[in-house]
Amino acid sequence: MIAFLLRRVGGALIVMLAVTAIAFVMFNYLGDPVVAILGQDASEAARRAVEQQLGLDRPILVRFFVYLRDIAGGNFGLSYRLGQPVTEVIVERLPATVELAFSGMAIALLIGVPAGVFSAIRRRSPVSRVLLGGSLIGISVPTFFVGVVLIWVFSVNLGVLPSFGRGQTVDLGWWTTGFLTSSGLAALVLPAMSIAVFQIAMIMRLVRAEMLEVIRSDYIQFARARGLPERRIYFRHALKNTLIPVITIIALQLGSLIAFAVITESVFQWPGLGLLFLQSVAAADVTIMSAYLILIAGLFVVINLAVDLLYFAIDPRLRARAGR
Amino acid sequence: MSDPNHPDPATNAEPKTAPGGAGRILRALRSASIVRSLRKDWVAMLALAVLLILMFAAALPNLLAPYRVFDLTQIQLMNAFRPPAWLDGGSAEFLLGTDDQGRDILSAIIYGLRVSVTVGLGGVALAVVIGVTIGLIAGYAGGFIDSLLMRVADVQLTFPAILIAVMIDGVSRAILGNAGRDNAAVIVLIIAIGLSGWVEYARAVRGATMVERHRDYVASAQLSRVGTASILFNHILPNVLTAVLVIGTIHLGVAILIEATLSFVGLGIPPTQPSLGTLIRVGNNYILSGEWWIAIMPGFALLVLVLAINLLGDFLRDALNPRLK
Repeated sequence: MIAFLLRRVGGALIVMLAVTAIAFVMFNYLGDPVVAILGQDASEAARRAVEQQLGLDRPILVRFFVYLRDIAGGNFGLSYRLGQPVTEVIVERLPATVELAFSGMAIALLIGVPAGVFSAIRRRSPVSRVLLGGSLIGISVPTFFVGVVLIWVFSVNLGVLPSFGRGQTVDLGWWTTGFLTSSGLAALVLPAMSIAVFQIAMIMRLVRAEMLEVIRSDYIQFARARGLPERRIYFRHALKNTLIPVITIIALQLGSLIAFAVITESVFQWPGLGLLFLQSVAAADVTIMSAYLILIAGLFVVINLAVDLLYFAIDPRLRARAGR
Repeated sequence: MSDPNHPDPATNAEPKTAPGGAGRILRALRSASIVRSLRKDWVAMLALAVLLILMFAAALPNLLAPYRVFDLTQIQLMNAFRPPAWLDGGSAEFLLGTDDQGRDILSAIIYGLRVSVTVGLGGVALAVVIGVTIGLIAGYAGGFIDSLLMRVADVQLTFPAILIAVMIDGVSRAILGNAGRDNAAVIVLIIAIGLSGWVEYARAVRGATMVERHRDYVASAQLSRVGTASILFNHILPNVLTAVLVIGTIHLGVAILIEATLSFVGLGIPPTQPSLGTLIRVGNNYILSGEWWIAIMPGFALLVLVLAINLLGDFLRDALNPRLK
């Protein structure tokens, strides 16, 4: 058990170190921080002074360790574009993205899981065929186009929902939320819907595939042979076993949802991390780019680790293998 | 066996006999079984027909597009903002309407299709080359090289492809500057898509190679002192191509979506030689003022293209998977 844990945590640390090294290389070799601070026409002496001040004259390994130390202390440097500390900017933008991602995932689960279960149980029903065809459209249509169409229908033609921004937010001191005002909720509907479409289709197809696999297994056939009612077989026996892999995949999807938010935020001018990242890429603002890279990597590594541990807790076979 | 977490049924699609060169895959495709399953599946037939038409349009836009829309001398501003032909104010001259500069939307879509398909195919090709090479080496060498390469693949797999592509684009901007990057946009995007998409191929090919390398024909090639590179590419590669074909079809849809997405957010193809994504980006500026067709029409074309590719990918996966028969 402990060996397994240590191996996983070790692997996660190696991944983080690799990503941090990439971020460090970007941070150091793309764009010239001295030019960013002094401008193109600075004198050689002034450049030297700034280089010394930033520690740029020291050996590369020393600088990498200084960089690691800074990051561990939450210091990602100054944004070239905004002139503000990167950490400050990110903390300010984080709530908008988190609220968007969670709302999108909630919608996706509420629609995707029942649709998947239905289309697995009633395989031959015309409704299932429509659902399955719809899900293929759902994974074929780009997220940004869903957003454009939603704006066209609900903001332009029907005029019922706002097409950009986050509405009014309430400042809770450490968190700004749009959940507490009516304009904040109205502004959330379209972005959350457009981020959910792909996830609905994904989750539906996954649940359906897993459920079909489970229904074919022996113990479900036994349950049938025992004469248990269909409803009981499907919901007590089949769904329970379907949900274990589905939960892990949803956990992994949550990370990609935050990444996908980049696109949705750009369509709706949603003031979150994704929009910040895109603006930074367009302006080649490498400090924010490398900070975002490390942040997203950290998020994925933590989620992956949590999923591994969850598997370990759920699946006795893994424990038996690790014990040997 | 291949990685148990990612079983790839397509690798076992057909009985492995002696290697027969790269033409094998074509022969397999022409073989009766796949054509028979295609005939039974009218959705796949329709998808194939639509895809062939779109590919034809992308290959020869001059033949099909009514106007040379990106020739500056042909632009007539008085034709701007015409709606599609079936709406009030539309005319048969411009079937799908015109944009803000009086350019025919249908023609713009056909030329945009060409850019989208070029970038998509180029990206897939690059991903195939990188992924197949790494997969062959990892699967054949085993040991330390294998675990190192697969570790790299794992790290990359933790990031969504679209983020990696955006990141590569950002790096290209920092290196080339914004103007230089825009001139090389098609190449930058192909590299971004190729580098973000090789992992799936590498995993599948590695799994298949690990099976293949213990077969008799490999041993006999080794005994007759055939070089390692020759064994990998001439003997093993033809036997793992089915898996590559299935992954490649699905990846093409993803690649085209990545290109469209990057172009839509302004990090892809610049508006001077627009792709479908760029057209949607430009049209998006006129959605709020009611000229919806400028964005919706190219978006619909993109949807049809990717849907046809995905339907065909689903069909290939099922048709080449013996377990489902």
